[in-house]
Amino acid sequence: MEGLRVGFEIHQQLATRKLFCNCESELSEEEPELKIIRRLRPTQSELGEIDRAALQEYLKGKYYEYEVPEEVSCLVEMDEEPPHNVNIEAVKTALQVALLLNAQPVDEIHFMRKIVIDGSNTSGFQRTAIIAMDGYIETSQGKVRIPTICLEEEAARKIREEGSKTVYRLDRLGIPLIEISTSPDITSPEEAREVALKIGEILRATGKVKRGIGTIRQDINVSIAGGARVEIKGVQELNLIPKIIEKEAERQRKLIDIAQELKRRGVKEAQLELSPVDVSEIFASTQSKLVSRALSKGGIALAIKLPGFKGLIGGAKDEPRLGSELAQYARVKAGVGGIFHSDELPGYGISASEVEAVAEKLSLANNDAFVLVVEAREKALKAIEAVVERARYALKGVPEETRVAQSDASTRYMRPLPGAARMYPETDLAPFVVEDKLIAELRASLPELYEEKIARFVKQYNLSKELAAQVVRSPHAELFEELVAIAAKPRLVATTLIATLRELKREGYEVDRIREDSFRELFSAIAEGKLAKEAIPEVLKALSSSPESSVAEVMQKLGLEGFSEEEVRKLARRVIEERADFVRERGEGAAKPLMGVLMKELRGRVEGKVVMKILEEELRSYLKA
Amino acid sequence: MYRGEAAKVLGEAKVGDRIRVLKGERSYEGVLMPRSELGDDKHVVIKLDNGYNIGIEVTGARIERLAPAEAAKHAAFPEPEFLPDKPEITILGTGGTIASKIDYATGAVHPSFSTAEIINAVPELAQVARVRTKLLFNILSENMTPEHWKKIAREVAKELNGEAYGVVVAHGTDTMSFTAAALAFMLKNLTKPVVFVGSQRSSDRPSSDAALNLIAAAKVATSDLAEVVVVMHSTTQDTTCSIHRATKVRKMHSSRRDAFKSINALPLGEVGEEVRLFGNYKKRSEGEVYADTRLEERVALFKVYPGVNPELLEYCVDKCRGIVLEGTGLGHVPESLLPAIERAREEGVAMVMTTSTLYGRVDMKVYSTGRRLLNLGVIPGEDMLPEVAYVKLMHVLGVTQNYEEVCSLMMRNFAGEITERTLANAFY
Repeated sequence: MEGLRVGFEIHQQLATRKLFCNCESELSEEEPELKIIRRLRPTQSELGEIDRAALQEYLKGKYYEYEVPEEVSCLVEMDEEPPHNVNIEAVKTALQVALLLNAQPVDEIHFMRKIVIDGSNTSGFQRTAIIAMDGYIETSQGKVRIPTICLEEEAARKIREEGSKTVYRLDRLGIPLIEISTSPDITSPEEAREVALKIGEILRATGKVKRGIGTIRQDINVSIAGGARVEIKGVQELNLIPKIIEKEAERQRKLIDIAQELKRRGVKEAQLELSPVDVSEIFASTQSKLVSRALSKGGIALAIKLPGFKGLIGGAKDEPRLGSELAQYARVKAGVGGIFHSDELPGYGISASEVEAVAEKLSLANNDAFVLVVEAREKALKAIEAVVERARYALKGVPEETRVAQSDASTRYMRPLPGAARMYPETDLAPFVVEDKLIAELRASLPELYEEKIARFVKQYNLSKELAAQVVRSPHAELFEELVAIAAKPRLVATTLIATLRELKREGYEVDRIREDSFRELFSAIAEGKLAKEAIPEVLKALSSSPESSVAEVMQKLGLEGFSEEEVRKLARRVIEERADFVRERGEGAAKPLMGVLMKELRGRVEGKVVMKILEEELRSYLKA
Repeated sequence: MYRGEAAKVLGEAKVGDRIRVLKGERSYEGVLMPRSELGDDKHVVIKLDNGYNIGIEVTGARIERLAPAEAAKHAAFPEPEFLPDKPEITILGTGGTIASKIDYATGAVHPSFSTAEIINAVPELAQVARVRTKLLFNILSENMTPEHWKKIAREVAKELNGEAYGVVVAHGTDTMSFTAAALAFMLKNLTKPVVFVGSQRSSDRPSSDAALNLIAAAKVATSDLAEVVVVMHSTTQDTTCSIHRATKVRKMHSSRRDAFKSINALPLGEVGEEVRLFGNYKKRSEGEVYADTRLEERVALFKVYPGVNPELLEYCVDKCRGIVLEGTGLGHVPESLLPAIERAREEGVAMVMTTSTLYGRVDMKVYSTGRRLLNLGVIPGEDMLPEVAYVKLMHVLGVTQNYEEVCSLMMRNFAGEITERTLANAFY
């Protein structure tokens, strides 16, 4: 793709306690009792000025309600107590990641206050620090540089908006977050996926990062030659990354084409006046339900001329269209449901004669287009304003903006690209000196990277490469090695942790509730011959519904216990004696059929191999006698 | 500031200069930042172009000075416009974080106290009153002395006898209640409101409590009240402020917005959109205010605790003309302190008893230790806060040092410092 440049900003939550207090980094799903009302006031800039627009918003009464779940938030999150010393475990984890990314840790870490007044931080700023610089990772396409690695506070969780009130929950606020920013060195969608995958694996290799939805967020910056930097947020699915990038590149290409065509047609910015015309009368007896409904609710039909835009707004459904950009602007800035534009009209019940009448009223020339909004007056005016603003950008090409990814890999306009944030030192914290000794220690104990670990598992545990990779990428790699140490059956442990759990989950069992200790007990029981491997799924099913039970309790409940070797012997002798004729006839060849009989009683309780061994011994001694 | 190794390596480079730090293969460019008091002398701090600060260890480092510091720029603020029908109030600045401006480069907080600056930062004030500001001095409240109290008292009296309909005193929160109490005793024939206000979150932060407190204080300064009060957040929320009587208020939390609480009394009122006053308060009237700034500074506040060394009290007896004891429970001290107290009586050093429980009234008649203290001439401080009794004793001893007179003045209620009837809801 011509001139494609992609960079990432990856945010990963750490699985340590919070960054500046001793609260646990857990979310709380219950609505807490304590809720507090706060406001955030725009503060003075460097020059002592205050952002007038932000102050207007404030004076209009915008406020925040913070829900305070006390099990995971304290006075620090409430902005009622200064930050405690930085969480050393989080710093170590971040430094470890930095070293794995070939970056140079800074000698001294200085936390900054980055002003954020959308309410997501109770203080009105986010604490953030550079902990290392000048890293890189190798991809199949070459090096991708990582200029900065930061350690920062996660923001509070937005619960909902109600008019001028926004509700946040403080559980997420203060969870340590590593921010990894790459340079825009990535030149293909596939390479982008590789980079995201690789960085993700490095993060998880530390064993100290959170897993699950929302714990890692990757913002993608995309631009093409002649385009502009567009930041795409909300990318959850790694496999969607190439598609998202392709679509964005295509969108930028299309916008550049439109700009060139507008230029060729000689359209000037000055022609794009904000002079909407009320065309409600034209629709007085319209057949369009959309329009008549909006009008009957007291709305007006407002139209604006877009000179020279004819044929450039619409397009095929699955292609990028300027029309959707105009609509998204109107939606975000004015809160309207949608707009109509002349490239798609007549349509939506709007008739050809109505279109003509609007065109006449706006005195459209041949190449001109129009946009129509039917809404309450204030909203309609705001929407038209947004449309004109966006149409003006169309003359230049691609506006710099922040977009949000949709599940179909398309993106939607969210807001303009934020300018440089105001930042100043967090004076409540002492600088953190990164001692050479600490770096040497961390370097000496760097976690094994995924590729190294997979190779080792193949070699050491004789696993297939596929199974080894699945174990390593799962959250259970550490547990796997522990269980192998207990039960010495690597393949059984691996298939249990990977395949069995996956199958049970698919069947609807909540296997995530099973405690790690239960796995330890389970494999001890197997190692001691108290439980047969065939019984593993049954035990896990039971544990998933009562995770607090011990494995011994579950075995008892399922009737899976109490067969000592002696009891098996007794049973084997009984089976042999009951079928004495058959045994004498077949001799040692009777073992296999008898095994079937025996296992009917013992299946899942005693390992087949053990039963066979005992049966053969008993058979031999019977025959001898 | 830079010292030791770091200062040596920096050489000519000054804070604010654009510099390059070369260290082995590493090279960093940015603006030289001041050194935190909490930092060592082995690192220099620069602000990178991305806005972040980092510290670089100086061993083996070389500094190149690229450009001198740029002169700080400041916006000129328009002259504020006020509504002619609003009353005039004066805001006196004494320090603290209520009105300050952040230096984004260094993170240092500077006072900003011109009327234009304050109205620029808190334009809502112009809807409340015609505001005039005056910076008396700018000190941390822990450095406040009785000399400062006197100066504030005289200035307040001057303003009230001039054009001001009420006065707001912006003050650091640590010792605000001492200063407020001192003014409550020193300002005689007070006919207008004197409102102390501060902030627990400095005004550089979007979450600062300063603006809400200041607006509420301005409203109280135009209200019907004629007392010295403290106005601060009622709760942790940014919704209302409470009006506390200066002689009954205490900072009860080191960091919360609602740190100030009325002790042994309920607040005098609350400020939301409007000022709501309840209970008994002195009403606004006419008349000249007079600042009686006589203070005996040789007064100590002595805390009693198990194991206290009697020599400490002996020392106070040597050095002081008055001692406020913060006793245990109903107002007791260990027997080991009795000889020093006896000597105090002999040498004419006034002793006043208060309680470390803060809540409740001292009563030395109930137990024998208390009765002995009464016999030794210790004056019961009723339900006065220890700090308030301390300020009051300074004031009283400034007027007279005759024991009988001191005794009767200490037990007389000047400014609401003694609650005659304590209601059940005053303890919460």
